[in-house]
Amino acid sequence: MDQLIDILLLMLSSVLVQNFIFAKFYGICPFLGVSDKPATAAGMGMAVTFVITLSSAATWAVYNFILEPFNLTYLKTIAFILIIAALVQLIEMFLKKFVPSLYQALGIYLPLITTNCAVLGSALLNIQNEYNFIYSVAVGFAAAIGFTMAILIFAGVRARLQFAQAPKSFQGMPLVLISAGLIAMAFSGFSGINF
Amino acid sequence: MNKYVKQIKEGIVDQNPTLVQFLGMCPTLATTTSVSNAVGMGLAATAVLICSNVFISLLRKFIPKEIRIASYIVIISGFVTAVELLMKAFLTPLYDALGLYIPLIVVNCIILARAEAFASKNPVLPSAVDGLSMGLGFTVALVLIASVREILGAGTWLGLRVTPSFYEPALIFILPAGAFLTLGMIVAAVNKGKSFAAAYAEAHPKPEGVEVLPDEIVTDAPAAEETPAADEPASEEPKEEPKTEESEVSANGSAD
Repeated sequence: MDQLIDILLLMLSSVLVQNFIFAKFYGICPFLGVSDKPATAAGMGMAVTFVITLSSAATWAVYNFILEPFNLTYLKTIAFILIIAALVQLIEMFLKKFVPSLYQALGIYLPLITTNCAVLGSALLNIQNEYNFIYSVAVGFAAAIGFTMAILIFAGVRARLQFAQAPKSFQGMPLVLISAGLIAMAFSGFSGINF
Repeated sequence: MNKYVKQIKEGIVDQNPTLVQFLGMCPTLATTTSVSNAVGMGLAATAVLICSNVFISLLRKFIPKEIRIASYIVIISGFVTAVELLMKAFLTPLYDALGLYIPLIVVNCIILARAEAFASKNPVLPSAVDGLSMGLGFTVALVLIASVREILGAGTWLGLRVTPSFYEPALIFILPAGAFLTLGMIVAAVNKGKSFAAAYAEAHPKPEGVEVLPDEIVTDAPAAEETPAADEPASEEPKEEPKTEESEVSANGSAD
């Protein structure tokens, strides 16, 4: 029971306090790239959640059953990026064959995920924090939910920003970055919560 | 030689990977809390970029098209691991400060983008110069952002106190929110500078003014540029001629 509460608190902390976008800056490229419409943002969020959860499990297993026993831990970056690339490819093929509707919904976002630093970042974080298997998967899933939440909130903000009459030099990326800064300021309020 | 100088200028100013192309945003925002971190991150990425560009350029005839992205990622992550181990051994404080962002250089879009867009199509030497120029552009942008954040947020620059004692550092610039705000303001300033340069070039069709013109066409606002060129081609032509030749040279260079 204690462990369950511990996991739940850790998950809550990864969603809010250690939010991937607004506190750790993992996955900023897709965050800025595909957050212009809520629908695409939701697709990206779903795809990332799917891949991060599976890759947390896969990288944990490879690290603890292969790299660690053979003293190859210095190869973890190479091993993890290959696992993630293979996993993304596998998921893409699996979904195309068996769940075409989901495949259509995730569409072009799946292949992009290989180079999303949120995926590699969460795999490396799990190793750095020495989480066990359940913790790794739970924290990975929660972090991905935090990413999805951030990208959805921001898609809503950007939908409104399109009608804003900004000075010419601020149009486009500067305005997007500054609004992200304001949301990050709100999120930094969570850092007072101690788990 | 001139071609390489132009290539380097392109990477630092006209095609700056961070401030113009918006690539590699994660390390840009995360590691610019202090100037020393920014320099470390920039130089680490530059080293990886040069090595991977050279290697990919050497292997460009052997890597099959279908699996090229995977091959590039393996090559890049190999060099990133090397850089990581070297930093851990010789620059331990910097390694501790940058933490997970060093292995995350693997997924820095700048490196993969240059591999795909440049190194896979060009010979070794131009690829190495391209890696150097893009890496320097990245480093310059990081140092610029980090300078603003460190001076405003901690009152120091490279650890030395630079602000008068009555200045109370605004902690917000060190926090994540400050990263977004600073980068947004700097990009806005860059945009403003570009539109000033365009207006200046329009008002003074002198050699210096014309010098700015091609940059503008490459980067952002071509609409403002096209009109004067179309209006008075006769007066513009003799001054632009040497310029276009140069740009043709560089275009040929990058097409080789």
